[in-house]
Amino acid sequence: MKLSYLPGCTLKTKAQDLDLSTVAAMGALGVELEELPRWNCCGTVFSFADDDLMHQIAPVRNLVRAQEQGGEQLVTVCSFCFNTLKRANLLVKENSDKLDTLNTFMDEEEDYKGNVNVVHLLEVLRDEVGWEQIAGKVQNPLKDLKVAAYYGCTLHRPIEAAIEPPNKPEALNDLIKAIGATPVDFPDMTTCCGSYQAVANPEIVINRTREILTSARESGAEMIAVSCPLCECNLKENQKELGELRMPVIYFTQLLALALGVDSHLHQCEQNPADARPLLESKGLIDACSATYI
Amino acid sequence: MDAVETKMIPIYIMGQRYEVPEGLTIMKAMEYAGYQYVRGCGCRGGICGACGTIYRIPGDYKIYSALACQTAAEPDMYLTQLPFFPANHVSSDYAELEGVPEDIYKLYPELFRCVACNACSKICPMDVPVMDVIAYIKRGDIEKAAFEAFDCIQCGLCTSRCFAEAPQFHIMQLARRLYGGKLAPKAQHNAEAAKAVRDGKFNPMLDQLTSMSLEDLKKEYIEREIEPETAGDEWKPKETKWLLEEYLR
Ligand code: SF4
Ligand code: SF4
Ligand code: FES
Repeated sequence: MKLSYLPGCTLKTKAQDLDLSTVAAMGALGVELEELPRWNCCGTVFSFADDDLMHQIAPVRNLVRAQEQGGEQLVTVCSFCFNTLKRANLLVKENSDKLDTLNTFMDEEEDYKGNVNVVHLLEVLRDEVGWEQIAGKVQNPLKDLKVAAYYGCTLHRPIEAAIEPPNKPEALNDLIKAIGATPVDFPDMTTCCGSYQAVANPEIVINRTREILTSARESGAEMIAVSCPLCECNLKENQKELGELRMPVIYFTQLLALALGVDSHLHQCEQNPADARPLLESKGLIDACSATYI
Repeated sequence: MDAVETKMIPIYIMGQRYEVPEGLTIMKAMEYAGYQYVRGCGCRGGICGACGTIYRIPGDYKIYSALACQTAAEPDMYLTQLPFFPANHVSSDYAELEGVPEDIYKLYPELFRCVACNACSKICPMDVPVMDVIAYIKRGDIEKAAFEAFDCIQCGLCTSRCFAEAPQFHIMQLARRLYGGKLAPKAQHNAEAAKAVRDGKFNPMLDQLTSMSLEDLKKEYIEREIEPETAGDEWKPKETKWLLEEYLR
């Protein structure tokens, strides 16, 4: 199976481990992710103003690129790209006048017809591959590993862009189960990490990180799996301040790659206060490495 | 032979109608119309970027661009030159830069205001895909940005159109400089040749030439082996001892 893929800017810079482990793991599952030959930044945050079409150009231009590639689905794994692209897509699918305005403005592109579906990688794993198939391909079951599935906000909010009913987050739990680990439910699975408040109001993010790590720990988790590079960064970077609350943070695609026996690109988290390797090593899931918490 | 009558065409320079001979470049046409260039003209060869020109054609909503020195004037062009467009240039100490995307982000954070409107690529007279280059920079791909922006001649037209008010041509130039000086692999053979010069390896060869009589020099010159025009990359002279790799061996 071949699917159009938009990694997003962060996956090419700070979160290369997310991009590389995604492509490796999907390859092992027989899904070829074909990166769009041309793409631009999605805009990161969906613009709330109804008439602010200027900020819908970037996401819709990417949808034109997916349409050019003949793809019916455009896959993303960054939660932010997913949310922004999916909502822009819904906006133009539901408002033909807005789509017309954008198509007229982008007069050098072919018209976007509104036929592309934006999907998150978890949806591909659930709907196109299937949990059982994934379980069948596991080479290295992650047994005895208790993983808190942290969804953050943007996979479930708003409801029309959610990957599943927001009051019943389970896709990531199901994946964790399929790869042989133990998913841990905890109260803050969909609590916001503080997101881009990290820039202007870092104390919000520190408090949120403390709350999320505390409830994950109290629920018995040993590590946290995430899909969003900003969640990852917030939950990780603030751990330097949080002493005994420390807990490894890992992209779910890295766990998936590890279980499938392909490169999980874990070495890319050098100098990481939430490095997952010492834990994985102590469980015999990876070979000995020299990683320590910094 | 009969005199050939030149066809005259109307063009509009800053709104004023002029009749100019068909077939002239915009630059020549403006000179024909009586304008004298003090600025807005440099190389006359499509390289210096001084002669960026904006024009429209009646009945067409689009904005077009041209290099006045390279583009033929056409009937009914409404044109004006934009030889300079103010653009924020941030100085930096090149030695302090590390060749990482953050170098660019720190100096030009406004590039993140880009909304992918593509007005820049549409106006570029050199067909630089400016929007895509900004996208490459956003995703940290300095090498791709440098290659894609190679044709930029710093005319500034993209910046005149930018919704994000970003000085794209300065940003792209910084990307090229970072790539060229800090990221591109160094040419090892160049360094070796330069070292050979410094070590005086070529001195005997030069000494031999400078000590020859004028007569002998002329003779050597006239009898030298000339590379045939049709020679391919593999061509070598019969006497190979002067070829760099043999000489230095
Ligand atoms: S990229 Fe901008 S400055 Fe460079 S040639 Fe094109 S329009 Fe001119
Ligand atoms: S004109 Fe400015 S905002 Fe528009 S695509 Fe180019 S760089 Fe981005
Ligand atoms: S005069 Fe130099 S590019 Fe036209």
